[in-house]
Amino acid sequence: MSTQTPLAPVGATSLGNSGPVREQRRLPRFAPLGLFLAGVAVGALLSALTGFSVALTVIYGVVLGSLFVYLVSRAVEGRRKAADRLVTSLVTTAFAIAMVPLVSLVYTVLDNGLPRLDGAFFTNSMYRVVGEGGGAYHAILGTVIITALATIISVPIGLLTAIYLTEYGTGRLKKAITFFVDVMTGIPSIVAGLFSYALFTLIFGVSVRMGVMGAVALSVLMIPVVVRSCEEVLKLVPNELREAAYALGVPKWRTVVKVVLRTAIAGLGTGITLSVARVIGETAPLLITVGLITGTNLNPFDGRMATLPVFAYYQLTQPGTATQAFLDRAWTAALVLIILVMALNVVARLITRFFAPKTGR
Amino acid sequence: MAKRIDVSDLDIYYGNFKAVEGVNISIEPRSITALIGPSGCGKSTFLRSLNRMHEVIPGARVEGKVVIDGQDLYGAGVDPVDVRRQIGMVFQRPNPFPTMSIYDNVVAGVRLNSTKMKKSAMDDLVERSLKGANLWNEVKDRLNRPGSGLSGGQQQRLCIARAIAVEPEVLLMDEPCSALDPISTLAIEDLMTELKERFTIVIVTHNMQQAARVSTSTGFFNLNGVGQPGRLIEFNPTEKIFSNPEEKATEDYISGRFG
Repeated sequence: MSTQTPLAPVGATSLGNSGPVREQRRLPRFAPLGLFLAGVAVGALLSALTGFSVALTVIYGVVLGSLFVYLVSRAVEGRRKAADRLVTSLVTTAFAIAMVPLVSLVYTVLDNGLPRLDGAFFTNSMYRVVGEGGGAYHAILGTVIITALATIISVPIGLLTAIYLTEYGTGRLKKAITFFVDVMTGIPSIVAGLFSYALFTLIFGVSVRMGVMGAVALSVLMIPVVVRSCEEVLKLVPNELREAAYALGVPKWRTVVKVVLRTAIAGLGTGITLSVARVIGETAPLLITVGLITGTNLNPFDGRMATLPVFAYYQLTQPGTATQAFLDRAWTAALVLIILVMALNVVARLITRFFAPKTGR
Repeated sequence: MAKRIDVSDLDIYYGNFKAVEGVNISIEPRSITALIGPSGCGKSTFLRSLNRMHEVIPGARVEGKVVIDGQDLYGAGVDPVDVRRQIGMVFQRPNPFPTMSIYDNVVAGVRLNSTKMKKSAMDDLVERSLKGANLWNEVKDRLNRPGSGLSGGQQQRLCIARAIAVEPEVLLMDEPCSALDPISTLAIEDLMTELKERFTIVIVTHNMQQAARVSTSTGFFNLNGVGQPGRLIEFNPTEKIFSNPEEKATEDYISGRFG
């Protein structure tokens, strides 16, 4: 790179190295892709020679494809462009690999879950169903009730903690809370379940089963997520807005409630919705604390309840005589769970869109 | 409405760092006092100590006296919130509340404090404040649009309208024009000259022409070196400061021979 060359008008630039802007030879638009695929083909051939396997094909293919692109590009376009192309192909490959399990999962669940995604699945429980038919009416409602309870417990605690951390906290206590929230983020879900189980056993005696136990277990998992996401969002509120409110003679707590929270409400809504999505599919803690029943129990303070993840788990692990019917229900339960999570994500997006500060002129 | 401010032996700290030392100043009511000086010399810090905004920053504190009409702002039992209701502030960067409309921004001081006010009284307040900030004609047809949709200069005048809507005694302005173009600057300078009739105004500015144009008195802040506290070097009527300053440092700064 010559930096000393004075800038010449673009029109005066000639081919070669004399001007500051060098004309560069470039590969045709789809050549890199073609070269990469050629590399993959050769890779497939190689792996076929040594006994075909998908994993080897991918490894050989990616290495050879990237190498082909790099070498040809280096010969034609020069070193910098070649390095650019090499990194592009590596990054794209990484993305493709990351997408494989996702696409495969969605496809498999759709493929297996769609057959039973009918009206009966949403209107029937498993009460007195031992073979075909039946549904997850009780489990869907159970999941909704328990998750809603968990949200009711977690959001006030989590949001207030986040407010403390961003607006009030100083020194050691703040550091300690941040540390423990980080630790809580990593708690295995089964431990949260055992905690809730132990807590309620201490209070109500052995073999107690209640929906609210599951809600408590879920909120142990949910609180740190709420704290973290709300804290990040509150940190984004410009300090100038707080100062503007203070300068108007507004007390701190009003500033927090009416300016900070109001400004951040879109982000807070999104964060909370996503944290709900995070716990709605938890199985292990609910398995321990809430258990499963075949009938419909809508009272979270009395007895076992059904939830979608546990429902799916039992349908899969303890099929009755009509095995296929049980498997189908398990898949459909999984599908419904994914649909719920996706719906929550859509809700989060809508919240962001509707509550974001408007900037229109 | 306007009140006199007497500052005596004011030291201002950020934690253990002494940012400003030994300020003695008397600010006349119904006047514009300009504070000039190089960056980092403590002008803004001093300004923020006048309405106790300084202590919003963790570890920041003040020693000395700031007396407004006989009352020490830093006396025991004085609520900073009450102080700020009497002494409004306009910041360097326009900061209208992004979630609020133009109308709501103007009445923010009233609404956020949950003061009960009739709709008609509120309408009057909005019109009066926006007229006071020379913004009424530009926004009267779109009071319900977001305040952040205005231009920078309009936003700054909106912030001034918001500050005067709570009817403070004193208005502090921290480089209110530094983010604005010359035309918006002129609009705000004209506005300051009008507001002088009703408020005591203290303005921090890097623009010496601005200080010379609008102010009645000027204070020059300087610091001896990096890490040293800033000091008020000279405080005199603006004419004197700009024509015949007492201190050599002031003259050097004003004539551009500084540093």
